[in-house]
Amino acid sequence: MKSERTTIILHSGDMDKVYSALIVANGALAMGMEASIFCTFWGLQRLQKGGLEKGPLSKMHMLGLGKWMIKQRMKKANVASLERLMNDFKELGGRIIACELTMEIMGIGRDDLRAEWIDEYGAVGMYIREARDSSITLFV
Amino acid sequence: MAEIKVNVRGETCPIPLVEMRKALRKAAPGDVVEVVGTHPASKKEIPMAVEALELELLGVQGADTDWTIRIRR
Repeated sequence: MKSERTTIILHSGDMDKVYSALIVANGALAMGMEASIFCTFWGLQRLQKGGLEKGPLSKMHMLGLGKWMIKQRMKKANVASLERLMNDFKELGGRIIACELTMEIMGIGRDDLRAEWIDEYGAVGMYIREARDSSITLFV
Repeated sequence: MAEIKVNVRGETCPIPLVEMRKALRKAAPGDVVEVVGTHPASKKEIPMAVEALELELLGVQGADTDWTIRIRR
C-alpha cells in the first residue's frame, strides 16, 4: 500500500471549520493515508482545555443563536461531536502539532492545552517538512 | 479466521468509514469485517476505501439506506 500523507493547517477556530478539518483528516486516515493537523492562531485555541466545542459559527453566528440552531440540526442528523472525531483521529494514528508562536503571542502555556492530543510543538519548519511530502495539503 | 461485525446504523459521515478502519486495524490478515449501516454516501465510500487500502471487497448488499458490506483484511 502506498504511504501517502494529508497535512492540514487549522488556522480557524470556527466550529464548522474545525469539523471540516477533522472530517477530512479522519477520511484520509480511514482510506489509508497518514494525517497531521497543524493548529495555529484561532485553531490552537480549540486545543485549550474545554475549548474544542467552543468555537463560533463562521457565518450567521448571530451571538450564538445561529450556532445553537446548527447544533440542533446536527443533533437531529446524528453528527458526531468534535470530541469523538478528535478521539477517532488520535486512535487512527493522526498527529496534532501545536504552533509555538501562537502559544507565545496568546500567552497559552502547555498546561493550558489538552496534552494527550498533542504529538509535537513546532513551527513553520515542521509544517514544511511534512507538507513537502504530502499529496494533500489544506489551509482551513 | 474471525468475523468481526461493525454496526454503524444511524451514524453519518465520517463515522462509518472511521469505524470500518478501526475494525480493519484490529483484524488479523484473513479476518472478515462486516459493516452494517444506513448512511447512503458510506455505501459508495467504503468500497473506495477498501480499494485504497488494497483489501478484498467480498460484497455490497442491500439498499442505499440499509446496507451490508463485507471486507477481507
